[in-house]
Amino acid sequence: MLAGMDSFQATIEADGRIEPRDAMPEGYRKTLIRQIAQHAHSEIIGMQPEGNWISRAPSLRRKAILMAKVQDEAGHGLYLYAAAETLGVDRADLLDLLHSGKQKYSSIFNYPTLTWADIGAIGWLVDGAAIVNQVPLCRCSYGPYARAMVRVCKEESFHQRQGFEILHTLCNGTEAQKAMAQDALNRWWWPSLMMFGPPDASSTHSEQSMAWGIKRHSNDELRQRFVDMTVPQADVLGIRVPDEGLTCDEETGHYSFTEPDFTELYEVVKGNGPCNQQRLAHRVKAHEDGAWVREAAAAYAEKQAAKAQGSAA
Amino acid sequence: MNDLFVYTLRLGDDALIAAQRTAEWIAAAPQLEEDVALGNIGLDQLGQARTLLQYAGQVEGAGRSEDDLAYFRDERDFLNVQLCELPNGDFAQSIARLLYFATYQHLLYEELRGCADETLAGVAGKAVKEVAYHVDHATQWVLRLGDGTEESHRRMQAGLDTMWPYTAELFTSDALVERLEVAVDPSTLHDEWERRVTQVIDESTCARPTSSYQHSGGREGRHTEHFGFLLAELQHVARSHPGASW
Ligand SMILES: [Fe+2]
Ligand SMILES: [Fe+2]
Repeated sequence: MLAGMDSFQATIEADGRIEPRDAMPEGYRKTLIRQIAQHAHSEIIGMQPEGNWISRAPSLRRKAILMAKVQDEAGHGLYLYAAAETLGVDRADLLDLLHSGKQKYSSIFNYPTLTWADIGAIGWLVDGAAIVNQVPLCRCSYGPYARAMVRVCKEESFHQRQGFEILHTLCNGTEAQKAMAQDALNRWWWPSLMMFGPPDASSTHSEQSMAWGIKRHSNDELRQRFVDMTVPQADVLGIRVPDEGLTCDEETGHYSFTEPDFTELYEVVKGNGPCNQQRLAHRVKAHEDGAWVREAAAAYAEKQAAKAQGSAA
Repeated sequence: MNDLFVYTLRLGDDALIAAQRTAEWIAAAPQLEEDVALGNIGLDQLGQARTLLQYAGQVEGAGRSEDDLAYFRDERDFLNVQLCELPNGDFAQSIARLLYFATYQHLLYEELRGCADETLAGVAGKAVKEVAYHVDHATQWVLRLGDGTEESHRRMQAGLDTMWPYTAELFTSDALVERLEVAVDPSTLHDEWERRVTQVIDESTCARPTSSYQHSGGREGRHTEHFGFLLAELQHVARSHPGASW
């Protein structure tokens, strides 16, 4: 039997799964903690732009679907924090890192949801991009993360469909509704392309993550996959992707497209996006307002445990 | 107006407005598990509201859908009790309301599932299981908060006290429920409700609220000042695009 790091390397080479008790290099553990935590943070911060429209959803059916979706995202956060905890960290500490700005979440959620159509655009584009990013993670070398992703991806594809359906209804509705859909696509297209991260040439963590079987495809490959999948869907909707340079290569079937302005992404990552402060402040407020509730639950559990011990003795 | 229509509307409006308030906790709850739990409860309430409003529209026979009833009626036409529309307040206040309301709904649906109206009986039969979970969830929290820390005890007591003067309205009988055979006369539920709620409050180490004044008016479409804002938010997109589908 191979011991320690030899066994880790052998597992990675055989495309097997690393489990929590297996030996693993410190860098592997750290990379995973950071990635899974930031993924979890993205799920829970992502509840805000969509939660913003629950009270105003224009039909009761849409309200129910949206509530269920935002609730799913909370569930995704729970699975992912649990996956991170298998690596020896605590959810409470990870939340502190989010709240103090030391760990990030996906920059896409720093854009505002301004109309009902944005709820459609987020489902279609943002959940769509998340699926493209996450399907390969179902084969991630770290077992608990891969398994969490399998559950998450099933629900994301439902989210994407409902988003498309919202836009489909708008695009077949009144002029005002169709204009709302086009406006949403105009505003969400470029930020969605940036969800795949910087271009390969300037991506810092990619190579090592590829070697460890955490990442399976490059940022640019995934971005291409997303564009190829999404543009024909925009055609079905009858709205126009806001890229003058978009062309389809008949031979390969791939679209060529204008690269997004990554200086914007770097700015948003630094904290200079339209909603960075608002999102974090909302999260911190919910956490601080809830502190007395969590303390009460802990105190009550302690009292109950003491009582149980008293009666057992 | 048709008695069955009005009665169904009362139940549907209670559930709809409760759902609207519960949903405000999503993405703002004290912990992630609670975002999920309150999301579930809100979805149950909304599901009940949808079935009841659909049925109300059918009974009325004027071609109104669940959305017509939810989005295109004015404040004075809503028949929910005021308890459901009050702002959430802190977590303890929301939990106090859930305890009062879900315990009432549980008793109501238990009775209603045996009624002669097949649709109402069907809604009640499904909903009774859902609200049993709501009661349980609220009970667990009243116990934890009441017997947790000093601060949580103080807040739980305040929440129970704040919501209490809005509970009598749940049990007010009137000519309509006396006339309408399938209706459950809510006054018959009061004693058992009080017994159940008091038991939870006692166990939580809180004191049973003692206020003599009780608000009323919701069933006649007289609401609190908060209600207009709730409806404005709920209805504004739909009303900005009359006739549109979503
Ligand atoms: Fe998600
Ligand atoms: Fe999603």
